[in-house]
Amino acid sequence: MSYTVHFNLVWKYVPELLNGAVLSFQIAILAFLGGMIIGLAGASVKIFGGRLLRGAVQAYVSFFMNTPQLVQIYFFFFALPQAGILLTPYQAVLVGMTLNAGAYLTEIQRAGFLSVRKSELEAAETLGMSLPQTIWHVIFPHICKVLFPPLSNHYIIMTLGTSMAAIFGVEELTGRAFNVNAITFRSIEVFIITAGIYVGITILASAILVFAGRWLFRVKGKVF
Amino acid sequence: MSYLNIENLHASYGHNLVLQGIDISVEKGEIVSLIGPSGSGKSTLLRALVGLTKPHLGAVRLEGRRIDYSNKRSLREAREHFAIVFQQYNLFQNMTALKNVTIAPVKVKKRKAEEVEKEALTLLEKVGLRDKIHSYPDELSGGQQQRVAIARALAFRPNILLLDEITSALDPELVKEVLDTIRMLAREGMTMLIVSHEMAFVREVSSKTVFMDEGKVVEIGPPDQVLNHPRTPRAKEFMAKILRH
Amino acid sequence: MIESLWEEIPRFFTYYNCVFLLEATARTLTLTGIGCLIGFALGFYLAVARLYPGMMFLPLRAGIIFYVEFFRRVPFLVTLMLIFFFCQGFRLEVSVFTVALITVCLIAGSYTAEIVRAGFESVHHTQWEAGEVMNFSLGQKLRFVVIPQAWKVILPPAFSFFIAFIKDTALASQIGVVELTYVGKVFNNKGFSPVLAFGAILVLYYLISYPLARFGVWMEKRLVLSKH
Repeated sequence: MSYTVHFNLVWKYVPELLNGAVLSFQIAILAFLGGMIIGLAGASVKIFGGRLLRGAVQAYVSFFMNTPQLVQIYFFFFALPQAGILLTPYQAVLVGMTLNAGAYLTEIQRAGFLSVRKSELEAAETLGMSLPQTIWHVIFPHICKVLFPPLSNHYIIMTLGTSMAAIFGVEELTGRAFNVNAITFRSIEVFIITAGIYVGITILASAILVFAGRWLFRVKGKVF
Repeated sequence: MSYLNIENLHASYGHNLVLQGIDISVEKGEIVSLIGPSGSGKSTLLRALVGLTKPHLGAVRLEGRRIDYSNKRSLREAREHFAIVFQQYNLFQNMTALKNVTIAPVKVKKRKAEEVEKEALTLLEKVGLRDKIHSYPDELSGGQQQRVAIARALAFRPNILLLDEITSALDPELVKEVLDTIRMLAREGMTMLIVSHEMAFVREVSSKTVFMDEGKVVEIGPPDQVLNHPRTPRAKEFMAKILRH
Repeated sequence: MIESLWEEIPRFFTYYNCVFLLEATARTLTLTGIGCLIGFALGFYLAVARLYPGMMFLPLRAGIIFYVEFFRRVPFLVTLMLIFFFCQGFRLEVSVFTVALITVCLIAGSYTAEIVRAGFESVHHTQWEAGEVMNFSLGQKLRFVVIPQAWKVILPPAFSFFIAFIKDTALASQIGVVELTYVGKVFNNKGFSPVLAFGAILVLYYLISYPLARFGVWMEKRLVLSKH
């Protein structure tokens, strides 16, 4: 046991790490939004689509949910150039994460859509509400309320998932941690601080999401 | 000194200060009934006696000795004297009726399994459930579950039986079977504290009735007096409302 | 391109390569399996320890909460690096597999502690109370009343976690553990088409994960139906 901890050598790199965290956030948000669009389309197909389309979506969802995100990104990173598509590491990571998210978000949204009870729709009909009114006042709020917790949860998971972008040289939080480590060689301190930043940003994200959920959709939630 | 003395007891239920100074004494063999509106603290009083909620002022004395609810040993010792039957029966869902009755004497009181099982069979027979000993709680009716709960309490060999509105959660036709069991225990001289809304039963079985309201004892006396000829205005008001049904 | 892929297949699926792939698959499963078993035991004891009441045990409870939140909010890769450099810094001569195993145990422990805690809380508090008034110790309450009722709530999420974690261990390849993803990189570096190399890896992960996921669904259905 001969390692002594010298945090002071690493503190000055914290701003750089935090800038990396901003990039992590960017990747997570973009992949999430892209995944939401795919998910919306996918969920709609799975509920309303014909057999062939449903089968295709199911194959996509099954494939991306049962294989690791890292290997998916490796695949795109190395295989797409062979097909003539040249992507930067950042773009490859984004493509991989978006497609991965799309699969999970398809399932989440599908469950959310199916949770609308027939009884609610019947009640709206007997009250004389038109279809657009029913959608806006009954279906939409219900779905938002049901979807908010699992979507928030998955977003946090994706934020942590951005760390594998470092493997491809992307300078998000973990990537910068590798850089700082290479400069200072204070590995334990660097990664403790990095871990701390991840804990911090996920707690912050959880807190914001919980309060947004309570305020917008009256969804009860806890940060811990 | 009575068998059980409750002196100036203050206790909370959650964040609410429910009991605001309760004074009650119970002799051996006495059956004391607690009546009053909901929220008056009757259940909280029973819960406080067994330490499910810690009193923060006042004292409870058993045979003259004070129970220290913040001391683990004192609390454990005190609990050996009490057994409580809950409104919602609270049977262990993962055990048969027989197991529910035998588990505490065997595992906690460390008695011999064969001896306890014999006693349990006698008790379950006594409450009329000999043919249901291997049934699980979700296979029993409310009245049957409550009778198992009573058998379970008796197997614990308590000196004082606490009954917390044991018929309130039952369908009307199941109430009689439970009350009959209590009548039998009363004849056998068991000391009991009964919280109940069944006024006729209260009058029949108890030797002393306590009317509680807003965490305080408002009136104490023989059941006939408290129920039929209440002296305090609050008690009069309550009785009038109850008897109008 | 399809033609060159087709030609490459016999070169790819040589005996040696296939054995290599199978060994790596075994290593992935071993890493996750053993790591999760140890992690589940750890998480279980942490969840129980968290129940110890009173001011005396407040540091213990706080420590457990801190541990659980920490390892749930840090990416696998970062935790892996922490353990790696920790072992290195304190001159612990351990293999990279051991480093990865420790990481898996720590993370599985934290997730399990949460799952078990939720399981305990799913048992109605009146069940706990009934035991309490009859002088059951914490251990007796857990053993005779709570766990027999809670395990059905604990098992499905625990199993789901295990299946999901098989995919997370792909990151162990970054410190050189010869598991499935590492083999994909090796084949890619050797010059095989990445479609074939990583494609094979993806298929193998799928073949592991999908049947397990189906089993998990079946098990959950069985648990809901079964009574005692």
